[in-house]
Amino acid sequence: MTEDAVDSEEVRHVADLARVALDEAEVDLFVEQFATILAYFDSLDEVPEIEQETDLVNVMRTDEERACLDPAEALQNAPETEDGYFKGPRVS
Amino acid sequence: MSADLNVFITKERIESHTDETTDRSDEDENPLAGMTVAVKDNISTKNIRTTCGSAMLESYVPPYDATVVRRLTDAGATIVGKANMDEFGMGGTTETSAFGPTENPRAPERVAGGSSGGSAAAVAAGEADLALGTDTGGSIRNPAAFCGVVGIKPTYGLVSRYGLIAYANSLEQIGPIASTVEECASLLDVIAGPDEHDATTHEEGANTDYAAAADGNVEGMTIGILSDLVEGADEQVVSVFEDAVADLEAQGAETVEVELDSIEHALAAYYVIAMSEASSNLARFDGVRYGTSGGYDGNWNETFAKAREDGFGEEVKRRILLGTYALSAGYHDKYYKKAQDARAWVKQDFDSALSRADVLASPTMPVLPPKIGESLDDPLQLYFIDANTVPVNLANLPAISVPAGEADGLPVGLQLIGSAFGEEQIIRAGSALA
Repeated sequence: MTEDAVDSEEVRHVADLARVALDEAEVDLFVEQFATILAYFDSLDEVPEIEQETDLVNVMRTDEERACLDPAEALQNAPETEDGYFKGPRVS
Repeated sequence: MSADLNVFITKERIESHTDETTDRSDEDENPLAGMTVAVKDNISTKNIRTTCGSAMLESYVPPYDATVVRRLTDAGATIVGKANMDEFGMGGTTETSAFGPTENPRAPERVAGGSSGGSAAAVAAGEADLALGTDTGGSIRNPAAFCGVVGIKPTYGLVSRYGLIAYANSLEQIGPIASTVEECASLLDVIAGPDEHDATTHEEGANTDYAAAADGNVEGMTIGILSDLVEGADEQVVSVFEDAVADLEAQGAETVEVELDSIEHALAAYYVIAMSEASSNLARFDGVRYGTSGGYDGNWNETFAKAREDGFGEEVKRRILLGTYALSAGYHDKYYKKAQDARAWVKQDFDSALSRADVLASPTMPVLPPKIGESLDDPLQLYFIDANTVPVNLANLPAISVPAGEADGLPVGLQLIGSAFGEEQIIRAGSALA
């Protein structure tokens, strides 16, 4: 166990941030597994700071109109639509 | 046979687009004429459902084709089905698929490997001549090794990812699986090359002839043996690996021992980066634009969280949560930033090793294929199965897995790693064995 081992409250908080509901059994399982996995990730503390190579270049194209999906195609997988729009739940 | 092995999630044919009036036997126009291909189910196929092995996308039907799918059908190939996979590519055994595990055609009751297990099994079982998989941390090479076939993880940027449902963008590549190195190289020739829909693709992939490099000539080639990865493997695997290396030496290759100081940190870095990217990528599955919605009442956050509870399997939830944790305030520098340092370190180590050798070699998998159900209980142990393959993805390099022989009647794979865009070298070396 490390000082950073997570408790059930922290697992629930992270699940909340990630928008994934969990049942009690899953919370218990993840508390146990995350302790082991995060302890393993702690080995990254031994990694020295590395000078990153800066060989990245931006790849740009002209911002011009191009063909895209038609509205019917874009909506074909939506569980609910209305008047050509996606229909979602209340935001708050 | 596939019904027993659970190779395909959806078995539907997509015929070649090539004009009926063109000569199907013209190899320049239709290099894959008459060939059948299995496509991993995270690669979009227009009007044919693409599930990513997840209940979340059980009824998702893409309105467009991935670039690689278009290139296959333009080259005369017939797609015969969407191959089974670990859910969203997360797993090393194809046991996290919502559609059940794929059985290894070469070893009944054992896993086919993952996450492209269905793709490798399709080729090994003769259900398709060729297959496409995706490799984020070894997901092409792992099942190729377990099923006794050939798989190539291309250099990052060689093959377009347009239409690939993303898991960890900075690590993953689409690549070929086939029975021989030459067939695998031919398929890579078809899918490689720049694509205006994917800004990470490079010019290097245009007009390649990788198939011609499969000439089996290793005379004078220097092969660096990755001793850290050899030491970590099972005894039986090492024995087969050493015999294969001796075979390459007998054919004129020279070998040198190579140590990589960074390699013991590669696995932790890989999982932190992959999980972090996954937590961001999988945020799009909200059950509004696509994916299962569950039809729950309540506000956006509540219904979204319930839909995701139902739609995602345990391994996917584990990685989303760990990724969210690694990116959250207070932990970003400890995990994510350190993982990026480790990634740069691994890349430097590989560059230095590849200045001393033409290609690097290790066993593809440190273990023999486990029995179905044997390895799922401990996620960390399951992550260790990828130890030999993930460093390659961190360094964006190409690697091939070729059959090296058998131990206890089970296939063992040998991995060869090359310099960036050095596909010819690994194909040449690999073709000396298969």
